[in-house]
Amino acid sequence: MAVVVILVLLAAGSVLFHLLSPWWWTPIASNWNYIDNTLIITFWITGFVFVAVVLFTAYCVFRFRHRPGNQAAYEPENKRLEGWLAVSTTVGVIAMLAPGLVVWNQFITVPAAATEVEVVGQQWLWSFRLPGADGKLGTSETRDVAPENSLGLNRNDAATLDDVIIEGGELHLPVGKPVKVLLRSVDVLHDFYVPEFRAKMDMVPGMVTYFWFTPTRTGTFEILCAELCGVGHPQMRGTVVVDTEADYQTWLAEQQTFSQLTASSENSPKAVTDVASSAQ
Amino acid sequence: MVDVRSGIGEAVPPAEVEDVELYHPHSWWTRYVFSQDAKVIAIQYATTAIAIGMVALVLSWLMRLQLGFPDTFTFIDADRYYQFITMHGMIMVIYLLTALFLGGFGNYLIPLMVGARDMVFPYANMLSYWIYLLAVLVLAASFFAPGGPTGAGWTLYPPQAILSNTPGGRDWGIILMLSSLVIFIIGFTMGGLNYVVTVLQGRARGMTLMRMPLTVWGIITATVMALLAFPALFVACVMMLFDRLLGTSFFMPAIAEMGEQLQYGGGSPILFQHLFWFFGHPEVYIVALPAFGIVSDLISTHARKNIFGYRMMVWAIVVIGALSFVVWAHHMYVSGMNPYFGFFFATTTLIIAVPTAIKVYNWVLTLWRGDIHLTLPMLFALAFIVTFVNGGLTGLFLGNVVVDVPLSDTMFVVAHFHMVMGVAPILVIFGAIYHWYPKVTGRMLNEALGQLHFWITFLGAYAIFFPMHYLGLAGVPRRYHDLGDASFVTDSVHSLNAFISVAALIVGAAQIVFLFNLAWSLRHGREAGGNPWRATTLEWQTPETPPPHGNWGKELPVVYRWAYDYSVPGAPEDFIPQNQPAPGRVTHEAAS
Repeated sequence: MAVVVILVLLAAGSVLFHLLSPWWWTPIASNWNYIDNTLIITFWITGFVFVAVVLFTAYCVFRFRHRPGNQAAYEPENKRLEGWLAVSTTVGVIAMLAPGLVVWNQFITVPAAATEVEVVGQQWLWSFRLPGADGKLGTSETRDVAPENSLGLNRNDAATLDDVIIEGGELHLPVGKPVKVLLRSVDVLHDFYVPEFRAKMDMVPGMVTYFWFTPTRTGTFEILCAELCGVGHPQMRGTVVVDTEADYQTWLAEQQTFSQLTASSENSPKAVTDVASSAQ
Repeated sequence: MVDVRSGIGEAVPPAEVEDVELYHPHSWWTRYVFSQDAKVIAIQYATTAIAIGMVALVLSWLMRLQLGFPDTFTFIDADRYYQFITMHGMIMVIYLLTALFLGGFGNYLIPLMVGARDMVFPYANMLSYWIYLLAVLVLAASFFAPGGPTGAGWTLYPPQAILSNTPGGRDWGIILMLSSLVIFIIGFTMGGLNYVVTVLQGRARGMTLMRMPLTVWGIITATVMALLAFPALFVACVMMLFDRLLGTSFFMPAIAEMGEQLQYGGGSPILFQHLFWFFGHPEVYIVALPAFGIVSDLISTHARKNIFGYRMMVWAIVVIGALSFVVWAHHMYVSGMNPYFGFFFATTTLIIAVPTAIKVYNWVLTLWRGDIHLTLPMLFALAFIVTFVNGGLTGLFLGNVVVDVPLSDTMFVVAHFHMVMGVAPILVIFGAIYHWYPKVTGRMLNEALGQLHFWITFLGAYAIFFPMHYLGLAGVPRRYHDLGDASFVTDSVHSLNAFISVAALIVGAAQIVFLFNLAWSLRHGREAGGNPWRATTLEWQTPETPPPHGNWGKELPVVYRWAYDYSVPGAPEDFIPQNQPAPGRVTHEAAS
């Protein structure tokens, strides 16, 4: 009988924990509240099923526990009941999957207006690149990574020269403008993860991955690496600041372009490597 | 449609082949060490698996100490932490769960439950165990190798797995890990082919496929899956060994490590992930399906009621097994693979929920109008239902591609897979050991110690993994040696981590009670007799307990009915063994 009480308490306790616990997601700062909504729908459906199954089990144990003289029923199958349960489960699954796929379609359909931002991961440092005046990111190649060119940018590509480079610093983004984040790694897998944006994506050496979002409120947010990338994995932190348009333009004007950086590193060739090694 | 109890009263087919002549051991060595008896091999498998599993348990303690009380245990530095999580994960999934379910329970139960004298190829079966032992030793050797074991995470994702900033990446760790897996797969293939051929060819007369207990269905489906899935891991391991040792670039693109160009180029890290998860997802069900099968039999036996919807249960096992080969990329939604794959894999993944849910319904409907004996196996089965439903439902979050995006790589994932393929199957293993120990040893396990073990393990494990989901929801990433200061979570996250760690230490300690019970009851347990649970299946009908070499004495059993004739109306007892010829519904024959 203790089992019955404990099963009921466990179901009730789980629901109460869900409702009362202080551990919940951090307030959202992107357009992906659709993801949050789908998650809430899933919580409701699965929570209902969990409580129903556990309480039904508890009831069965209570009602049909062994007492002298009891005999179990003999009922090998019940086609109608089995069919009915299969159909209602299918309906529940569709109710979760359908909104999920609709939102996934939004997630992978990048709006034409999105501006591109590149994030480059390396052990254990975040770097960023903005397209510069021509609005285009130049090409890059891991093979071109060198002490004075830690992002492996192509010097012979005219589009590269005006690209804005931020190594080991903060990324700023203007609020309310959709961003397509292009993700690249020069060594191992990393994952660009800002809890407030809800979105994340692996960075894979040898290819460029992406996701998009629109920052919806200003503030300073922490970037974490969410894919194991060696012993320094937990220390691979960065900062993204969502600014008002005016603040963003002020910040942007202070950043250096690739050609400016190259020029200064030719004067003092150690400068760039120092940034990289101090962050390690 | 035929009656599910098909063939009651049907003529039993004549013997097609003569009874086999077994190899008979001549010495202590061939009887207990290099034994070709599946039952001895089963115990060898189980003992080895539990022994290496205890190592994994200690590793989990160490990692929980670090997570719960960071900066307190300075010997757990980042290197060691990643080595601990890697070895814990791989040991639990492969060397404990897979080996125990298939090598342990498979070896013991398949021949007995289908009415065979032994496995069809006893010699290969023996080799299978010794090769498994070699794999375990190679794996354990990495603890003592220069540089220690690999710390690449149990998924061993390249490029980091074979690079210098990962523990064991340029030392012995990763080489020993990959070699051990290759050896394990060779050994498993020998055992696995044996289980399949034994079920297909070695069944007793009258034991049709649709009369087999669900335990056998679960184990055999899992074995077929393992035979199809392990080759993907095998080639992935060999290719990565080549990348590491011979300088090939299967998984290695051009890499600038700490600013320095490496001699790799042109390979694909995502290729490894596809190969790994093509094995890795079926692996989840390789662990789950035997548990599904076993728990069905535990529930049926201890509720004194036939399993509800037997045929649906068999088909659900087979369908889950088949579908599990087309869902692997749900582990890779944020891996950078083509995002359009998400539609396909989310759909197939959620389709699996339907046969899985049917199994859950049928378990609880077996309880409905049963005569539930709250024995230890039944308690563990009930706990399995709770934890499996909980862990299965959170799978619907992670399988639904867009919901996975914020949760992927967080503690939510850790909580989910521990609940669904750690806690739930292990509760079944415990239930199964309490259930079959009397057959293996002739004695019952101690009830009081069992109750203590059950309650701490069940409630403790739930207290560990249920709240852990909420850490992930709050954004806490997995595989962090130290979360440190994080602006997106409150300090209470650290309190919750400490709570989880304390619960983990207690649950781990409770397993000592269990091990003590196993040893103590061997001598002091209550005499069990041949069929203490009054069960129908063949293993309980052996002429001697524990069953001797050859299992059945002179005559092989002949099977007349399905495995679930419990509480048949009119029958004198509430169970009718599978090898009892009288039709269960004809009372005057049974009574006479």
